[in-house]
Amino acid sequence: MPKQLTVALAGNPNVGKTALFNNLTGARQHVANWPGVTVEKKEGRVQFEDYEITVVDLPGTYSLSPYSLEEIISRNFIIDEKPDVVINVIDASNLERNLFLSAQIIDLGAKMVFALNMVDTAASRGIHIDQKRLAELWGVPVVPTVANRNQGTKELLAAVVRTAEARDPVARHIHIDYGPDVEAVLGRIEKVLAADPQWSDEHYPRWLATKLLELDPDAIQRIQRFADRDAVMAQVEEGRRQLEKTWGEDATVLVAERRYGFLGGTVREVQKEELAKRIVLSEQVDKVLTHQLFGFPIFLFFMWLLFQMTFTLGELPMNWIEAGVAAMKTGVRSWLPDGLLRDLLADGIIGGVGSVLVFLPQISLLFLGISFLDDTGYMARVAFIMDRIMHALGLHGKSFIPMLMGFGCNVPAIMATRGLNSQRDRILTMLLIPLMSCSARLPVYILFAGVFFPRRAGQVIFGLYLLGIFMAVLLGIVFNKILLKGQEEPFVMELPPYRLPALRGVLVHMWDKVTVYLKRMGTVILVASVIIWVLGAFPKNPELAARFQQERDNLEASFVQKAKAWQGREDFAALCRNLEKEKEAALAAMRQHQQAEEMRQTFIGRLGGVLEPLLRPLGFDWRMSVSLLTGFVAKEIVISTLGVLYEVGEVTEAAADSLQQALKNSGLTPAVALGFMVFVLLYTPCLATVVTLWRESGALKWMLFAISYQLTLAWLAAWVVVKIGSLLGLG
Amino acid sequence: MAQKKLSELRPGEAGVVERVVGTGPFRQRLLEMGLTRGVRVAMEKTAPLGDPAEYVVKGYHISLRQGEADLILLSEVEEVAG
Repeated sequence: MPKQLTVALAGNPNVGKTALFNNLTGARQHVANWPGVTVEKKEGRVQFEDYEITVVDLPGTYSLSPYSLEEIISRNFIIDEKPDVVINVIDASNLERNLFLSAQIIDLGAKMVFALNMVDTAASRGIHIDQKRLAELWGVPVVPTVANRNQGTKELLAAVVRTAEARDPVARHIHIDYGPDVEAVLGRIEKVLAADPQWSDEHYPRWLATKLLELDPDAIQRIQRFADRDAVMAQVEEGRRQLEKTWGEDATVLVAERRYGFLGGTVREVQKEELAKRIVLSEQVDKVLTHQLFGFPIFLFFMWLLFQMTFTLGELPMNWIEAGVAAMKTGVRSWLPDGLLRDLLADGIIGGVGSVLVFLPQISLLFLGISFLDDTGYMARVAFIMDRIMHALGLHGKSFIPMLMGFGCNVPAIMATRGLNSQRDRILTMLLIPLMSCSARLPVYILFAGVFFPRRAGQVIFGLYLLGIFMAVLLGIVFNKILLKGQEEPFVMELPPYRLPALRGVLVHMWDKVTVYLKRMGTVILVASVIIWVLGAFPKNPELAARFQQERDNLEASFVQKAKAWQGREDFAALCRNLEKEKEAALAAMRQHQQAEEMRQTFIGRLGGVLEPLLRPLGFDWRMSVSLLTGFVAKEIVISTLGVLYEVGEVTEAAADSLQQALKNSGLTPAVALGFMVFVLLYTPCLATVVTLWRESGALKWMLFAISYQLTLAWLAAWVVVKIGSLLGLG
Repeated sequence: MAQKKLSELRPGEAGVVERVVGTGPFRQRLLEMGLTRGVRVAMEKTAPLGDPAEYVVKGYHISLRQGEADLILLSEVEEVAG
């Protein structure tokens, strides 16, 4: 049995922490969520010397303040799980800002090792760090690394083991010196804390004292169960008053300043910078990419490219998957005897697996693109360029990519909200994404606009897309005001230098998302698809089948009778041929009628009937109600259901005419048709989307909220459209 | 020299942080990112749509919305050679 070690990996965003994690753990990784929240938790294992080391990748943060979920997670992990060693990944070209987090980790009393990363880039920028001196000053072993070329990984592990075994020559615990006046105040708070009989060493007293002085809400929460909490808080208030009187600044600012003062001192002592050697290439690239004039068109081009790559290129493998699933269905149908088992296997299960797999190509390609943009540094520029617009919806510029991808397919789009920094932005973006008209809704518009607005089809369809965007803006403002009030995150964002991404990192990232999708969404979508299939296929109605069989027999018999009467005539053969055609047509009509009747008898059909009165004010008939129900599986299914219910059979591209004809003859008015399109645009997102929304938001309530607000919105909007349309003479 | 807000800097200008006003997470975040008293900040450029803007502080680039840059008061504003 090897000895166990737990190591936490902490660091700022954009310092190569992910690459280092990949180097440390290789393929032995596991992605999950932190308990109760949707922030990704990556864990991996590595054997080193006689240790089995578990590496936990903490979210990338600039600080450990209690204002963001990521920072609370990182901090609580270090405090509560007490990893044996914290590896702090530091960008060597940005020592001062990176050390701010390090100082907070030191305050937590954790054992630490510095991975001084990207030392090569720093050197090329003329920045040289005296690693030995840094280690001495901070009492922390320093290991230089170049993570994207897998350099320094072994040395880092060796330092971790030495530190864990407390035999590293430099490792010792230091105090960040906040200056005599602040230190005196901290000392008094610590004393009151330590005097409490319930005190245990689980909270490092210095950390708690510092945080209390900063009025950190989480730290205040942590002392609630202390008997002496009032005495502690009185001491804190007294200290704050005193410091404010002397310095004219609030203690929070003072602590941050002193911390930076300490860091500044360190940097002056260990860093040598050659004069004015700037990151010329990156700045040149940026001059073009965020240019006042060209920045925007270039940006639009990249977004177009990402969209095309995801959805146009993604359609190829999607078609293969669909063809494969269809072939398997046919295979099962020919292998197994007629019956329930065959239907369940072919239509229920294989169909269900197909509906899970069909999203994989788009998810893979989208995340391939996103992690490429992320790793090059362009993602921060996307946020920079689009923030003005997204801010109007109460969102961060980073929400633009998920929203844009919504026009292709809502499922990968909602998954793409993982790149957003705050839980609030993630939820709001997820709620608005379904208003982006996905490609599955387009066939419905094409059909209805083609039939009822033949000369203006293009304008009508364009109008629907705009309506979706308009609703997103409107609801973005409403949700901001009511639902997620006052939680807007600071935008403050680093614009990292441009870099060439490492292929391996991009691929690992993509693979992570695919496994997350299969594990978290796949099973739920599969089960739900099977349930909906059951609702659409049952109850079987043997009487109905028997009645139709009887009618078919009668029909055949009547044709045989006719043929018999003509026997002996010289044009008998020609007559029979005509008669045969007539019979086929009559049988086909009967089959279609039977299909429609059967669908009407299933649970979904009956439910459609029950719901019809609700939709009657909009002018929708029962057929449209049922098709909206089946459209929950996937919105394009609205069309095939309408095909069945209007008794025109399978709607293929060639046979779309017959459905168009049927709709023309159905007595629907253009106003109602327009209302129906608006309803399809806005009503509940499809099954896979709501499942993704549920799993990604981490709460069933958001899924239920999304479904109900969209149904309400769709009804109201469709009602308004139908009424106004009728007034304008479209009735 | 008269006090200026960070948001009032034009590209190519720089100033020294005198005070960060405001409260709560906003200010905390600005402090954490190194925008403390005495630190020099240079304005690089605005985004194509006018907001946010890019600044350089302690050798790295940071983007702030106008409303956030309003919270940072500067002294010693000067032109730097672009």
